[in-house]
Amino acid sequence: MNQINLIECQGLTKHFLTAKAVESLDLTIGRGRIVGLLGPNGSGKTTLIKLLNGLLVPTSGAVLIDGERPGPYTHSIVSYLPDRMYLSDWMKTSDLIDFFTDFYGDFDRVKAYDMLRSLNISPDDRLKTMSKGTKEKVQLIVTMARQSQLYLLDEPIGGVDPAARDYILNTILTNYSENATVLISTHLISDIERVLDEVVFLKNGIMTLHDTVDNIRETEGKSVDQLFREVFAC
Amino acid sequence: MNWILVNDRPIYIQLTEQITQYIVAGIFKPGTRMACVRDLAADAGVNPNTMQRAMAELERNGLVKTHRTTGRMITEDMEMLNNIRNELAGARVAEFLDGMKTIGFSPKEAAALLTQRAEAMEDKKEGQTA
Repeated sequence: MNQINLIECQGLTKHFLTAKAVESLDLTIGRGRIVGLLGPNGSGKTTLIKLLNGLLVPTSGAVLIDGERPGPYTHSIVSYLPDRMYLSDWMKTSDLIDFFTDFYGDFDRVKAYDMLRSLNISPDDRLKTMSKGTKEKVQLIVTMARQSQLYLLDEPIGGVDPAARDYILNTILTNYSENATVLISTHLISDIERVLDEVVFLKNGIMTLHDTVDNIRETEGKSVDQLFREVFAC
Repeated sequence: MNWILVNDRPIYIQLTEQITQYIVAGIFKPGTRMACVRDLAADAGVNPNTMQRAMAELERNGLVKTHRTTGRMITEDMEMLNNIRNELAGARVAEFLDGMKTIGFSPKEAAALLTQRAEAMEDKKEGQTA
Protein backbone atom coordinates (compact mmCIF):
# COMPACT_ATOMS: atom_id res chain seq x y z
CA MET A 1 0.00 0.00 0.00
CA ASN A 2 1.11 3.52 -0.76
CA GLN A 3 2.77 5.26 2.16
CA ILE A 4 2.12 8.85 1.08
CA ASN A 5 -0.86 10.47 2.78
CA LEU A 6 -3.69 10.96 0.36
CA ILE A 7 -4.48 14.49 1.54
CA GLU A 8 -1.90 16.79 3.02
CA CYS A 9 -2.66 20.44 3.78
CA GLN A 10 -0.03 22.71 5.29
CA GLY A 11 -0.96 26.16 6.45
CA LEU A 12 -3.67 26.18 3.81
CA THR A 13 -5.28 29.60 3.60
CA LYS A 14 -7.88 31.09 1.27
CA HIS A 15 -9.12 34.65 1.53
CA PHE A 16 -11.78 36.23 -0.64
CA LEU A 17 -11.08 39.97 -0.41
CA THR A 18 -11.62 40.45 3.30
CA ALA A 19 -13.41 37.18 4.01
CA LYS A 20 -11.24 34.44 5.49
CA ALA A 21 -12.79 31.28 4.08
CA VAL A 22 -10.04 28.90 5.18
CA GLU A 23 -7.37 29.95 7.66
CA SER A 24 -3.96 28.19 8.11
CA LEU A 25 -5.35 24.69 7.99
CA ASP A 26 -3.06 21.75 8.72
CA LEU A 27 -4.80 18.52 7.85
CA THR A 28 -3.58 15.04 7.02
CA ILE A 29 -5.91 12.29 5.85
CA GLY A 30 -4.79 8.77 5.03
CA ARG A 31 -6.18 6.13 2.71
CA GLY A 32 -9.12 3.82 3.32
CA ARG A 33 -10.98 6.39 5.39
CA ILE A 34 -14.48 7.77 5.28
CA VAL A 35 -14.27 11.30 6.61
CA GLY A 36 -17.03 13.74 7.49
CA LEU A 37 -16.39 17.42 6.88
CA LEU A 38 -18.73 19.20 9.24
CA GLY A 39 -19.43 22.82 10.04
CA PRO A 40 -22.23 25.37 9.98
CA ASN A 41 -23.15 27.28 6.83
CA GLY A 42 -20.32 29.47 5.60
CA SER A 43 -17.64 27.72 7.64
CA GLY A 44 -15.44 26.98 4.62
CA LYS A 45 -16.38 23.39 3.74
CA THR A 46 -17.00 23.98 0.06
CA THR A 47 -13.95 26.26 -0.20
CA LEU A 48 -11.79 23.51 1.30
CA ILE A 49 -13.17 20.93 -1.13
CA LYS A 50 -12.57 23.27 -4.06
CA LEU A 51 -9.00 23.84 -2.89
CA LEU A 52 -8.49 20.08 -2.73
CA ASN A 53 -9.44 19.59 -6.36
CA GLY A 54 -7.77 22.68 -7.73
CA LEU A 55 -10.88 24.72 -8.56
CA LEU A 56 -9.50 27.38 -6.24
CA VAL A 57 -5.90 28.42 -5.76
CA PRO A 58 -4.75 28.92 -2.17
CA THR A 59 -3.90 32.44 -0.96
CA SER A 60 -1.03 30.82 0.89
CA GLY A 61 0.02 27.41 2.14
CA ALA A 62 0.03 24.15 0.25
CA VAL A 63 -2.30 21.29 -0.58
CA LEU A 64 -1.01 17.93 -1.82
CA ILE A 65 -3.12 15.03 -3.10
CA ASP A 66 -1.16 11.79 -3.21
CA GLY A 67 1.97 13.92 -2.93
CA GLU A 68 1.13 16.18 -5.88
CA ARG A 69 -0.30 19.66 -6.23
CA PRO A 70 -3.78 19.71 -7.80
CA GLY A 71 -3.38 19.31 -11.56
CA PRO A 72 -3.98 16.81 -14.35
CA TYR A 73 -2.65 13.89 -12.27
CA THR A 74 -4.79 14.63 -9.23
CA HIS A 75 -7.85 15.17 -11.44
CA SER A 76 -7.35 11.63 -12.71
CA ILE A 77 -7.57 10.16 -9.20
CA VAL A 78 -10.15 12.50 -7.65
CA SER A 79 -13.88 12.12 -8.22
CA TYR A 80 -15.75 15.29 -7.28
CA LEU A 81 -19.42 15.85 -6.60
CA PRO A 82 -20.13 19.62 -6.55
CA ASP A 83 -22.70 21.12 -4.25
CA ARG A 84 -24.88 22.16 -7.18
CA MET A 85 -26.17 20.71 -10.42
CA TYR A 86 -23.59 21.17 -13.15
CA LEU A 87 -24.75 18.72 -15.80
CA SER A 88 -26.54 19.75 -19.00
CA ASP A 89 -30.20 19.08 -18.44
CA TRP A 90 -31.04 18.18 -22.06
CA MET A 91 -29.07 14.98 -21.55
CA LYS A 92 -30.60 11.59 -20.96
CA THR A 93 -29.07 9.47 -18.22
CA SER A 94 -27.57 7.23 -20.91
CA ASP A 95 -25.99 10.27 -22.65
CA LEU A 96 -24.49 11.23 -19.36
CA ILE A 97 -22.97 7.81 -18.88
CA ASP A 98 -21.46 7.92 -22.38
CA PHE A 99 -20.13 11.39 -21.58
CA PHE A 100 -18.45 10.18 -18.40
CA THR A 101 -17.07 7.09 -20.14
CA ASP A 102 -15.40 9.39 -22.69
CA PHE A 103 -14.05 11.69 -20.01
CA TYR A 104 -12.74 9.31 -17.41
CA GLY A 105 -10.72 6.16 -18.04
CA ASP A 106 -11.71 4.82 -14.63
CA PHE A 107 -15.47 5.11 -15.18
CA ASP A 108 -17.32 1.82 -14.61
CA ARG A 109 -20.43 1.76 -16.87
CA VAL A 110 -21.71 -1.55 -15.53
CA LYS A 111 -21.65 -0.25 -12.01
CA ALA A 112 -23.38 2.97 -13.04
CA TYR A 113 -26.20 1.08 -14.76
CA ASP A 114 -26.51 -1.26 -11.77
CA MET A 115 -26.97 1.67 -9.42
CA LEU A 116 -29.49 3.34 -11.74
CA ARG A 117 -31.53 0.14 -11.81
CA SER A 118 -31.47 -0.18 -8.00
CA LEU A 119 -32.81 3.34 -7.67
CA ASN A 120 -35.40 2.85 -10.44
CA ILE A 121 -34.01 5.54 -12.72
CA SER A 122 -34.51 4.84 -16.41
CA PRO A 123 -31.54 5.40 -18.77
CA ASP A 124 -33.94 7.14 -21.17
CA ASP A 125 -35.05 9.81 -18.70
CA ARG A 126 -33.88 13.33 -19.39
CA LEU A 127 -32.31 15.23 -16.51
CA LYS A 128 -34.67 18.13 -17.27
CA THR A 129 -37.71 16.02 -16.36
CA MET A 130 -36.31 14.77 -13.05
CA SER A 131 -37.05 15.98 -9.55
CA LYS A 132 -34.32 17.62 -7.51
CA GLY A 133 -33.68 14.45 -5.50
CA THR A 134 -33.52 12.22 -8.58
CA LYS A 135 -31.03 14.58 -10.25
CA GLU A 136 -28.91 14.42 -7.13
CA LYS A 137 -29.02 10.64 -7.21
CA VAL A 138 -27.90 10.56 -10.85
CA GLN A 139 -25.11 12.99 -10.12
CA LEU A 140 -23.96 10.91 -7.17
CA ILE A 141 -24.11 7.69 -9.20
CA VAL A 142 -21.81 9.02 -11.92
CA THR A 143 -19.44 10.30 -9.23
CA MET A 144 -19.30 7.00 -7.35
CA ALA A 145 -19.04 4.86 -10.51
CA ARG A 146 -15.46 6.02 -11.03
CA GLN A 147 -12.66 3.91 -9.53
CA SER A 148 -11.00 6.87 -7.87
CA GLN A 149 -8.66 7.19 -4.95
CA LEU A 150 -10.35 10.22 -3.48
CA TYR A 151 -14.06 11.00 -3.59
CA LEU A 152 -14.98 14.55 -2.65
CA LEU A 153 -18.72 14.69 -2.00
CA ASP A 154 -20.07 18.15 -1.30
CA GLU A 155 -23.54 17.86 0.28
CA PRO A 156 -24.38 14.62 -1.50
CA ILE A 157 -27.62 13.59 0.24
CA GLY A 158 -29.38 16.84 1.06
CA GLY A 159 -32.35 16.46 -1.28
CA VAL A 160 -32.54 12.68 -1.23
CA ASP A 161 -35.31 10.80 0.61
CA PRO A 162 -34.32 8.72 3.65
CA ALA A 163 -34.73 5.33 1.93
CA ALA A 164 -32.51 6.32 -0.98
CA ARG A 165 -30.14 7.89 1.52
CA ASP A 166 -29.67 4.48 3.12
CA TYR A 167 -29.02 2.96 -0.29
CA ILE A 168 -26.47 5.66 -1.10
CA LEU A 169 -24.65 5.26 2.20
CA ASN A 170 -24.62 1.53 1.59
CA THR A 171 -23.15 2.17 -1.85
CA ILE A 172 -20.39 4.20 -0.27
CA LEU A 173 -19.75 1.40 2.24
CA THR A 174 -19.68 -1.40 -0.30
CA ASN A 175 -17.48 0.65 -2.62
CA TYR A 176 -15.05 0.96 0.22
CA SER A 177 -11.49 0.13 -0.74
CA GLU A 178 -8.32 0.26 1.32
CA ASN A 179 -6.84 2.61 -1.22
CA ALA A 180 -9.68 5.06 -1.50
CA THR A 181 -10.82 7.79 0.83
CA VAL A 182 -14.24 9.45 0.82
CA LEU A 183 -14.60 13.00 2.13
CA ILE A 184 -18.23 13.98 2.70
CA SER A 185 -19.45 17.42 3.64
CA THR A 186 -22.94 17.42 5.09
CA HIS A 187 -25.33 18.69 7.71
CA LEU A 188 -27.12 15.36 8.06
CA ILE A 189 -24.70 14.15 10.70
CA SER A 190 -26.89 11.66 12.50
CA ASP A 191 -27.63 9.91 9.20
CA ILE A 192 -24.02 9.37 8.25
CA GLU A 193 -22.30 9.24 11.61
CA ARG A 194 -22.06 5.47 11.76
CA VAL A 195 -20.41 5.17 8.36
CA LEU A 196 -17.68 7.68 9.21
CA ASP A 197 -14.21 6.88 10.50
CA GLU A 198 -13.29 10.39 11.43
CA VAL A 199 -14.72 13.87 11.41
CA VAL A 200 -13.30 17.33 10.82
CA PHE A 201 -15.06 20.31 12.38
CA LEU A 202 -14.67 23.65 10.64
CA LYS A 203 -15.62 26.92 12.27
CA ASN A 204 -15.08 30.20 10.42
CA GLY A 205 -12.43 28.55 8.28
CA ILE A 206 -10.51 27.17 11.23
CA MET A 207 -10.31 23.47 12.01
CA THR A 208 -11.50 23.05 15.59
CA LEU A 209 -11.57 19.26 15.78
CA HIS A 210 -10.19 16.26 13.92
CA ASP A 211 -10.81 12.91 15.58
CA THR A 212 -12.41 9.50 15.07
CA VAL A 213 -16.13 9.07 15.73
CA ASP A 214 -15.54 6.40 18.36
CA ASN A 215 -12.95 8.53 20.16
CA ILE A 216 -15.42 11.40 20.32
CA ARG A 217 -18.15 9.13 21.65
CA GLU A 218 -15.73 7.66 24.19
CA THR A 219 -14.36 10.92 25.53
CA GLU A 220 -17.48 13.06 25.22
CA GLY A 221 -20.07 10.37 25.98
CA LYS A 222 -22.26 11.70 23.20
CA SER A 223 -22.74 11.36 19.49
CA VAL A 224 -20.99 13.59 16.97
CA ASP A 225 -24.40 15.00 16.11
CA GLN A 226 -25.00 16.06 19.72
CA LEU A 227 -21.48 17.46 20.00
CA PHE A 228 -21.99 19.47 16.81
CA ARG A 229 -25.21 20.97 18.16
CA GLU A 230 -23.39 22.04 21.33
CA VAL A 231 -20.22 23.36 19.72
CA PHE A 232 -22.09 25.34 17.08
CA ALA A 233 -25.10 26.38 19.16
CA CYS A 234 -26.46 29.70 17.97
CA MET B 1 -29.37 -9.56 11.36
CA ASN B 2 -30.85 -6.91 13.59
CA TRP B 3 -28.40 -4.26 14.72
CA ILE B 4 -29.33 -1.70 17.35
CA LEU B 5 -26.88 1.13 17.83
CA VAL B 6 -27.35 3.94 20.33
CA ASN B 7 -25.87 7.39 20.11
CA ASP B 8 -23.86 7.94 23.23
CA ARG B 9 -21.41 5.04 23.15
CA PRO B 10 -18.59 4.07 20.80
CA ILE B 11 -19.96 2.07 17.88
CA TYR B 12 -17.28 -0.62 17.92
CA ILE B 13 -18.09 -1.49 21.56
CA GLN B 14 -21.77 -1.88 20.70
CA LEU B 15 -20.92 -4.08 17.73
CA THR B 16 -18.67 -6.22 19.90
CA GLU B 17 -21.44 -6.68 22.46
CA GLN B 18 -24.06 -7.57 19.89
CA ILE B 19 -21.90 -10.08 18.06
CA THR B 20 -21.01 -11.62 21.42
CA GLN B 21 -24.72 -12.00 22.13
CA TYR B 22 -25.35 -13.53 18.72
CA ILE B 23 -22.55 -16.04 19.34
CA VAL B 24 -23.64 -17.13 22.82
CA ALA B 25 -27.25 -17.31 21.65
CA GLY B 26 -26.12 -19.63 18.85
CA ILE B 27 -27.32 -17.34 16.06
CA PHE B 28 -23.71 -17.31 14.92
CA LYS B 29 -22.88 -21.01 15.39
CA PRO B 30 -19.74 -22.10 17.26
CA GLY B 31 -17.08 -23.59 15.01
CA THR B 32 -18.42 -21.97 11.85
CA ARG B 33 -16.81 -19.30 9.77
CA MET B 34 -17.63 -15.69 10.46
CA ALA B 35 -19.00 -13.59 7.59
CA CYS B 36 -16.36 -11.23 6.18
CA VAL B 37 -15.90 -7.80 7.72
CA ARG B 38 -17.13 -6.02 4.61
CA ASP B 39 -20.43 -7.94 4.51
CA LEU B 40 -21.02 -7.55 8.23
CA ALA B 41 -20.28 -3.83 7.98
CA ALA B 42 -22.69 -3.38 5.09
CA ASP B 43 -25.34 -5.36 6.97
CA ALA B 44 -24.97 -3.23 10.08
CA GLY B 45 -24.60 -0.05 8.02
CA VAL B 46 -21.33 0.85 9.68
CA ASN B 47 -17.85 1.71 8.52
CA PRO B 48 -15.74 -1.38 7.68
CA ASN B 49 -12.89 -0.05 9.83
CA THR B 50 -15.25 0.09 12.80
CA MET B 51 -16.38 -3.50 12.20
CA GLN B 52 -12.74 -4.51 11.87
CA ARG B 53 -12.08 -2.98 15.25
CA ALA B 54 -14.98 -4.93 16.75
CA MET B 55 -13.51 -8.13 15.26
CA ALA B 56 -10.12 -7.34 16.78
CA GLU B 57 -11.88 -6.94 20.11
CA LEU B 58 -13.65 -10.31 19.72
CA GLU B 59 -10.34 -11.90 18.83
CA ARG B 60 -8.78 -10.44 21.93
CA ASN B 61 -11.60 -11.94 24.00
CA GLY B 62 -11.01 -15.30 22.30
CA LEU B 63 -14.51 -15.51 20.78
CA VAL B 64 -13.19 -15.66 17.25
CA LYS B 65 -9.88 -16.86 15.89
CA THR B 66 -8.25 -16.09 12.61
CA HIS B 67 -6.64 -19.03 10.82
CA ARG B 68 -4.40 -18.45 7.89
CA THR B 69 -6.24 -20.83 5.60
CA THR B 70 -9.85 -20.94 6.72
CA GLY B 71 -10.52 -17.35 7.68
CA ARG B 72 -12.12 -16.09 10.83
CA MET B 73 -13.77 -18.88 12.84
CA ILE B 74 -16.08 -18.69 15.83
CA THR B 75 -14.69 -20.49 18.87
CA GLU B 76 -15.81 -24.01 19.79
CA ASP B 77 -14.80 -23.59 23.40
CA MET B 78 -18.22 -24.29 24.91
CA GLU B 79 -16.97 -23.74 28.44
CA MET B 80 -15.94 -20.20 27.58
CA LEU B 81 -19.21 -19.57 25.76
CA ASN B 82 -21.16 -20.81 28.76
CA ASN B 83 -19.16 -18.60 31.10
CA ILE B 84 -19.88 -15.56 28.97
CA ARG B 85 -23.52 -16.54 28.71
CA ASN B 86 -23.78 -16.80 32.49
CA GLU B 87 -22.02 -13.49 32.91
CA LEU B 88 -24.47 -11.78 30.56
CA ALA B 89 -27.40 -13.47 32.31
CA GLY B 90 -26.07 -12.28 35.68
CA ALA B 91 -25.94 -8.71 34.43
CA ARG B 92 -29.52 -8.91 33.14
CA VAL B 93 -30.76 -10.33 36.45
CA ALA B 94 -29.02 -7.58 38.38
CA GLU B 95 -30.59 -5.02 36.05
CA PHE B 96 -34.03 -6.56 36.56
CA LEU B 97 -33.68 -6.56 40.35
CA ASP B 98 -32.50 -2.94 40.29
CA GLY B 99 -35.54 -2.02 38.28
CA MET B 100 -37.87 -3.84 40.67
CA LYS B 101 -36.22 -2.09 43.61
CA THR B 102 -37.11 1.30 42.18
CA ILE B 103 -40.79 0.34 42.36
CA GLY B 104 -40.48 -1.07 45.88
CA PHE B 105 -40.02 -4.81 45.37
CA SER B 106 -37.51 -6.73 47.47
CA PRO B 107 -35.38 -9.30 45.59
CA LYS B 108 -37.46 -12.11 47.20
CA GLU B 109 -40.75 -10.57 46.11
CA ALA B 110 -39.38 -10.01 42.66
CA ALA B 111 -38.22 -13.61 42.48
CA ALA B 112 -41.63 -14.87 43.60
CA LEU B 113 -43.32 -12.80 40.92
CA LEU B 114 -40.91 -14.17 38.36
CA THR B 115 -41.54 -17.79 39.41
CA GLN B 116 -45.28 -17.22 39.21
CA ARG B 117 -44.93 -15.80 35.73
CA ALA B 118 -42.66 -18.62 34.60
CA GLU B 119 -45.12 -21.24 35.87
CA ALA B 120 -48.01 -19.52 34.16
CA MET B 121 -46.07 -19.58 30.90
CA GLU B 122 -45.23 -23.27 31.35
CA ASP B 123 -48.90 -24.10 31.97
CA LYS B 124 -49.94 -22.22 28.90
CA LYS B 125 -47.38 -24.07 26.82
CA GLU B 126 -48.54 -27.47 28.15
CA GLY B 127 -52.13 -26.44 27.48
CA GLN B 128 -51.22 -25.77 23.87
CA THR B 129 -49.36 -29.03 23.32
CA ALA B 130 -52.00 -31.20 25.05
